[in-house]
Amino acid sequence: MELQQQQQQHIKLSEESLQKQTTTLNLGPTHPATHGVFQNIMEIDGERVLETVPTIGYIHRAFEKIAERRPFYQITTLTDRLNYCSSPINNMGWHMTVEKLLKINIPKRIQYLRVIIMELARIADHLVCNSVIGVDTGALTPFTYVFQSREHIYEIFEEICGSRLTTNIGRVGGFERNFSEASFTKLNKFLTDFPKTMTEFENLLNRNKIFVDRCVGAGPISAERALNYGITGPNLRAAGVDYDVRVAQPYSSYEEFDFKIPVGTTGDVYDRFMVRNGEIWESLSIIRQALEKIQKIEKEFPEQKNIYYAQEADHFHLPPKEDVYTKMEALIYHFKIIMGEIDAPKGEIYHAVEGGNGELGFYLISDGGRSPYRLHFRRPCFIYYQAYPEMVEGGLLSDAVVTLSSLNVIAGELDA
Amino acid sequence: MSNELIKQKLTEKFGEQLTGWEEQFGLLTFSAPAELNLKVVQFLYDDETLRFRFLTDLTGVHYPDRKGEEICVVYHLHNLIDNIRLRFKVYVPSEKPDVYSLSQRFSGANWMERETYDFFGVNFIGHPNLIRILNMDEMDYFPMRKEYEMEDPTRRDKDNEMFGR
Repeated sequence: MELQQQQQQHIKLSEESLQKQTTTLNLGPTHPATHGVFQNIMEIDGERVLETVPTIGYIHRAFEKIAERRPFYQITTLTDRLNYCSSPINNMGWHMTVEKLLKINIPKRIQYLRVIIMELARIADHLVCNSVIGVDTGALTPFTYVFQSREHIYEIFEEICGSRLTTNIGRVGGFERNFSEASFTKLNKFLTDFPKTMTEFENLLNRNKIFVDRCVGAGPISAERALNYGITGPNLRAAGVDYDVRVAQPYSSYEEFDFKIPVGTTGDVYDRFMVRNGEIWESLSIIRQALEKIQKIEKEFPEQKNIYYAQEADHFHLPPKEDVYTKMEALIYHFKIIMGEIDAPKGEIYHAVEGGNGELGFYLISDGGRSPYRLHFRRPCFIYYQAYPEMVEGGLLSDAVVTLSSLNVIAGELDA
Repeated sequence: MSNELIKQKLTEKFGEQLTGWEEQFGLLTFSAPAELNLKVVQFLYDDETLRFRFLTDLTGVHYPDRKGEEICVVYHLHNLIDNIRLRFKVYVPSEKPDVYSLSQRFSGANWMERETYDFFGVNFIGHPNLIRILNMDEMDYFPMRKEYEMEDPTRRDKDNEMFGR
């Protein structure tokens, strides 16, 4: 008891404090309302949070070390497990980093297909985050509505690459196979059905008095502090800074698309919620534009329809299985790629994409071997989660829980 | 603003102390002496035209073959107004890996430096709370240093050469 009092000496209780002493609360590591495995040791005075110390690293899997002995194409599966709510964005980011190093130009149709995949992933990511804010404020119904739509997105992924959550979608140079007719049918169905669900979701929460009262003013951060903390993505935009990697450093032909960047003003839970909602609508519009562009290309150049990877990426793109069994060249490439006999050029590269949570960067140093000399992931979660204590200190304990869910901290990305 | 202008401004201020200028994939890169890192960052932050006020990334690299400068700390800075990036590095010996901490300038550097300490053992002078962050506290080595076999050393059929090293 005495020791505890000594440790708490730096905490000054306010005049209004009823209990005249603080309580230590251990939020996590596996609390149902913390999304993933992380712990917060909080000092609370009644219901007011005075201090919180986050502990992270519970699911650290040493991806950066593992990546140092894997050939480039095997690292894609590691990126899946960073932000597993939007793994296609991570996969594409990694492919584009390697393509930049190899100086491969990707055909426009593949770039647009990638944009579709990435925007679908962004919608899925934001849906999870926003519906879970609802759950944490006590509204379970919207969550069950939009998870149906998330399921439809995962069905599209399944049709394209065969898996749902950790997708391992795409390859260096393009895709592992062409998009099937069924995937376009599913995509079109999603585009017609989803706006209704989304409108319903917004009607349930956006102007719901209980929800708004609960979210406005909870866990705010100013633009200045957010920039100082290195926050990116929807959380930074909610504070009023319109920084988006898709616009600032366009990749995969994002410069050809017409979309808005939703921004907030106060950086509180409600602004983050609204920014994500706005981005879902923008993503939908981007997908529609991309589909139009693809149809235009296929109309003008029908032969483009069958191309699903860049020919110049031959050395890094696994050939289709039927070719391996029938063609000599394909067999040789297959063997060389699998046995890791293909070296990448030397170089040092930083490539960033706009992930579900912000700027997802890949810092890659290649020494000319078959695997990276050093690979560092700039994980947006890891960087912005350190602002969490500043956001919740002085607020209520229940606000701290909602703030955590509105930040969309994903344990996989946090701990790498 | 162009890379040449940044280079010119930095050379005016620091002269010959900044070395290793290069531009790979359009990203301006240079190295600074370890004791200058805070001054360089402060200059890039304060200068009215440079305005590099966003710390994108901070990490380490281990080069066991470079004697006397084995550990490299890499900073990525971003000027959000003119939308231009910059990378700079400091090299320190692995026996005495002392680098000044940026955590006073950028709050976000706090955990990034803890991570770099955790994996490379870089001693950030002036850091408020330099303890391990992702690995367990009892660990007594720095796992990302290239001092360890890639595979179980007792196995004869797999050696480092098989992993391209």
